[in-house]
Amino acid sequence: MKERLYRKRLNRNLFGDIVIFIFLAAGASFTALPLVFAVSNAFKPLNELFLFPPQFFVRNPTLQNFADLFTLMGQSWVPLTRYISNSLLIVIFGMAGNLFFGSLAAYALSKHDFFGRNVINSLIVFSLMFAPAVLRIPNYLTIAFLGWIDTYWAVIVPAWASTLGLYLLRNFMDAMVPVSLLESARLDGASEFKIYWHIAMPIVKPAWLTLIILSFQQLWGTTGGEYIYSEALKPLPYALDQIVRGGIARQGVGSAAALIMMIVPIVVFVINQSKIVETMGTSGIK
Amino acid sequence: MAATTFSSATPGLWHRIKGRLAAEWRRSKTSYLFIAPFMTLFVVFTVIPVLVSIVLSFTYFNTLQPPKWVGIDNYIRLFLDDDVFLIAVKNTFVFAAITGPLSYALCFIIAWLINELQPKVRAILTLLFYAPSISGNAYMIWLIMFSGDMYGYLNGLLLSWGVIDQPIQWLIDTRYMMPIVIIVTLWMSLGTSFLAFIAGLQGIDPTLYEAAAIDGVQNRWQELWYITLPSMRGYLMFGAILTITNSFAAAGQITALVGYPSTDYAVHTVMQHLQDYGTIRYEMGYASTIAVVLFFSMVGAQQIVQKLLAKLGQ
Repeated sequence: MKERLYRKRLNRNLFGDIVIFIFLAAGASFTALPLVFAVSNAFKPLNELFLFPPQFFVRNPTLQNFADLFTLMGQSWVPLTRYISNSLLIVIFGMAGNLFFGSLAAYALSKHDFFGRNVINSLIVFSLMFAPAVLRIPNYLTIAFLGWIDTYWAVIVPAWASTLGLYLLRNFMDAMVPVSLLESARLDGASEFKIYWHIAMPIVKPAWLTLIILSFQQLWGTTGGEYIYSEALKPLPYALDQIVRGGIARQGVGSAAALIMMIVPIVVFVINQSKIVETMGTSGIK
Repeated sequence: MAATTFSSATPGLWHRIKGRLAAEWRRSKTSYLFIAPFMTLFVVFTVIPVLVSIVLSFTYFNTLQPPKWVGIDNYIRLFLDDDVFLIAVKNTFVFAAITGPLSYALCFIIAWLINELQPKVRAILTLLFYAPSISGNAYMIWLIMFSGDMYGYLNGLLLSWGVIDQPIQWLIDTRYMMPIVIIVTLWMSLGTSFLAFIAGLQGIDPTLYEAAAIDGVQNRWQELWYITLPSMRGYLMFGAILTITNSFAAAGQITALVGYPSTDYAVHTVMQHLQDYGTIRYEMGYASTIAVVLFFSMVGAQQIVQKLLAKLGQ
């Protein structure tokens, strides 16, 4: 570790680092505003939330909003734990499939040479540029045809087909996984799946940690949209949204709910980012 | 009769194709198995819907009655009869020409600068820069800041300084809408590409920098140009495509800030135009036409960027 830190310090000076830090801290204090605002809002008593002109910071912080939220959730017809487990189910299965199928295909598309590879690679890039708004009707019809309306599958399976994740992983495989390493593993008799799982995937760890952040954030925020309509199958954002829509007096509960919804992806983000930073460039071949 | 002619005339060709396919399957079976699950889903949920919508772009389709073939009428209407679309094209062009390159540069520069710092500081700074993308209420603070009454933060400040003597309608006045939308977009541009750059910078082999130092690279700027940028080429392309998509297909943040439709269509974009026809008027054929046109302009921009990126570090 020491040796690596030393390597990193080549061509650097303390003065430059301080200038960079000040510059970044100034920028970050600007982009961090919505976080500060969300935290501040969640602890505002109702009269402060409706203060005009609106105040950025809370003056008399209170936990009343959270207490109200739990009382309300306790009264709901479907228990809160059910909404939470629905959300977790969607997030875990959606993310796992996205990661596994995406990385498996990314490995083959990056490291194997087969008929159709280049066409598929271009198709994937181009598909990112087609407006998703017009794909909603064909997708709805497909999901209806498969009989997945009002099931978790309607949200989970399309997440597996995310081209963004595949494209991200493929780029990292292209740049970070040396072909010579794969060749020597093949000579040792390792199967392609083993090479993918034990060699390629550990090397591109920063890529799939990033994909977990993106995929988690997207699936955690899903309300089930046009696909899920049974109350007992609804995910958490939908339930919280319903509560907030209960009227203007629910503003306080709403900000508490918004903060709770935000904290989970932030925790995932911080854990994964710290792990990404830990993986200093290791090329596998010394 | 035709069928027998076909089969008798081409057995050789058919056999050759079949032989080739079989050989390819034997050679690349593992590869095809690896991509099979993803490709199946990709074809079902993306390729077929895209093809369907390209076909729909040549039809009149109100989502209730079956689509009616109208040839290239939608395209003619879009370019010759739809004044609002032409406004949208102009706005999108201005918006994309400014936010695209700037937000792309911001993503890279900030990711690179963060990477210069100690590991412990990095994760926290990354979170703070990413905050507008992870918090659901990101526009709220801008709405308060640019609120059109005298209590809006900006108006309050300018009034107390005596710069203005009456509040400015920031989000309704056509003179200020585009700059405000651009500023907010830049502020929240550190999203997916930013994270990809952060991760990509971690993956650069540190020995490259060592070797470069021996070869006479003397400061971080030279490292950036000769080592970092060329090593990042793949990620830079990834970021470029996302930036193109975000700037050509901007809609969400604009509607959140200035409402829909905006005053005099001052910040009306192509994507908003598409959503207007797709989700409000239910003219799916016409919406698909817009999607096809938007798609080809993005592909054009992507080709240009690809050529530029190929020149890095040379």
